[in-house]
Amino acid sequence: MRRIKSLSETLSSVLVTLFGLAVVTFMIGRVVPIDPTIAIVGDHAPPDVVAAARLQLGLDKPLPVQFLIYVQHLLHGDLGRSVMSSHPVTQDIAQYFPATVELATTAIIIAMLIGIPLGVLAAARQGSRFDQLVRVISLGGQSVPVFVLGLVALLVFYVKLGWAPGTGQQDVLFDGTVPRVTGMLVVDAALNGDWDATSDALAHLALPALVLAFFSLSTITRMTRAFMLDALGGEYIVTARAKGLSGTRILWRHGFGNIAVPLITVLALAYAGLLEGAVLTEVIFSWPGIGQYLTVSLLNADMNAVLGATLVIGAVYVGLNMLADLAYRLFDPRVR
Amino acid sequence: MLVRMDNLRVGFRTPQGVSEAVRGVSLTVGQEKLGIVGESGSGKSLTARSILRLLPGSATVTADKLEFDGIDVLSAREGALRRIRGKRAGLIMQDPKYSLNPVMTAGAQIAEAWRAHKGGSRRQATKAAIDLLAQVRIRDPARVAGLYPHELSGGMGQRVMIAMMLAPDPELLIADEPTSALDATVQADILRLIEDLVAKRGMGLMLISHDLPLVSHFCDRVLVMYAGRVVEEVKAADLHRAKHPYTRGLLECLPSLVKPKPQLSVLKRDPAWSAPQ
Repeated sequence: MRRIKSLSETLSSVLVTLFGLAVVTFMIGRVVPIDPTIAIVGDHAPPDVVAAARLQLGLDKPLPVQFLIYVQHLLHGDLGRSVMSSHPVTQDIAQYFPATVELATTAIIIAMLIGIPLGVLAAARQGSRFDQLVRVISLGGQSVPVFVLGLVALLVFYVKLGWAPGTGQQDVLFDGTVPRVTGMLVVDAALNGDWDATSDALAHLALPALVLAFFSLSTITRMTRAFMLDALGGEYIVTARAKGLSGTRILWRHGFGNIAVPLITVLALAYAGLLEGAVLTEVIFSWPGIGQYLTVSLLNADMNAVLGATLVIGAVYVGLNMLADLAYRLFDPRVR
Repeated sequence: MLVRMDNLRVGFRTPQGVSEAVRGVSLTVGQEKLGIVGESGSGKSLTARSILRLLPGSATVTADKLEFDGIDVLSAREGALRRIRGKRAGLIMQDPKYSLNPVMTAGAQIAEAWRAHKGGSRRQATKAAIDLLAQVRIRDPARVAGLYPHELSGGMGQRVMIAMMLAPDPELLIADEPTSALDATVQADILRLIEDLVAKRGMGLMLISHDLPLVSHFCDRVLVMYAGRVVEEVKAADLHRAKHPYTRGLLECLPSLVKPKPQLSVLKRDPAWSAPQ
């Protein structure tokens, strides 16, 4: 019973947040000094054409009414039509979003696999040289902007060393050879059994994923280290030592076992941050993801596309938060 | 003798220099019930924990001799220490709310201690854990084995702690204020349980407490500690004949139902008690 109650509390708070998100995106669309009609009919259109377009977009109605219409469309899954691509925005997002998911997921997996052990071991040897080094590296990840890191990485590994392929998702050689299934190129190429295309796609994925991973690696390492220091100071660690357990077991089973659940929240937020932070990385690496779509739409004053993409990224953020919250309730015996 | 300790000193490095918390304690423990009493900060816990080298990393320990059953604890490697910890000497701590791992079930924590020293399969260890829970007189051991520490009462938690420390059949049990965090009625139960188990298994016991009457009632021998030193050692039965002014002062401060006093006296401390020797 208590579980159902807490579940419904989570869900209702998510609904409120999503509504707030819709209000904010709508207001942004109306407040920015961009006239959506001009974007459609052009700068030099005669006044009567502009007026007709305004009427057609419903811009003559009062703001609350416009908002109601906006929400009504949202509930029907209608984000409007993109001026640039002349497709429905939902269709565009379905086209671009998988590439972002591919990039961000690879990045978060790399960041987890490196960041969590680094944080745990740094905490176990607090104050040692290793700990100092880990702290400097994670501070670096925190303070170097992702666009600087991306450009430097391209310069070093693509231009100078030639280890990495250039920008984009794949070589022109393979352009259009991979049938689209999931929209994630590595997966699609592997599904198609085309190993050359798969390794090419992986090679293209490596550099932007590493750059993105470094970005959230620092957060994950720092949080893991802080959580672990707290856990290792607990009385139950003394108990575990008094039981005669090995250092490894004390560290992972008793120390890490106590921070695994709070760490899920950090990971979910870091992942959401990657989906969002991918905007700059995608532009730098010409990655055809939602960040790229958002940027191009913004520069072309394609407001439906901008608002739609913003809304989707926001909704993913809220959704991931909700999942983290649910994981907490499922896995932590104290909350359960 | 299980434990031989000669001139034990435990210090902590501070910006003002080394601050000594234990200043030259010597004692022996055999198959007996030894009580150590003293106020907070008198060094009684640190003394007991040094036997297992379970001190915080910032502590420095020196001693002329510190042996567990002939093994030099100070020079022992981590592997040798682990064969003493838990297996030959168990440590019961004060508050099960903090000393039990909050994300492991009671049964899993006991089974882990059993398996670490006795080996065997997971299933055997679980069975042993339930058996141990029954030995510490928990009524529904199979159900309690599946509970998490926050679902246990203080008394039950302490029973789980005891079961966990008894799992590898140790020869010495160190109980560091095992009843201080419990309700008065539960305290008596837990002490009786410890007494029974110690007698039945023929273990040595070190009981650390700040409760003079409790220790004198319960132990064979009592050490009184003050400011990092043992100021008096008496047979428990002779405690009322203690000579040291600190022990006398403590006894004077206790209210009595048999001989009520109109006014309780207050302990007057003499700086000479803690002066370096």
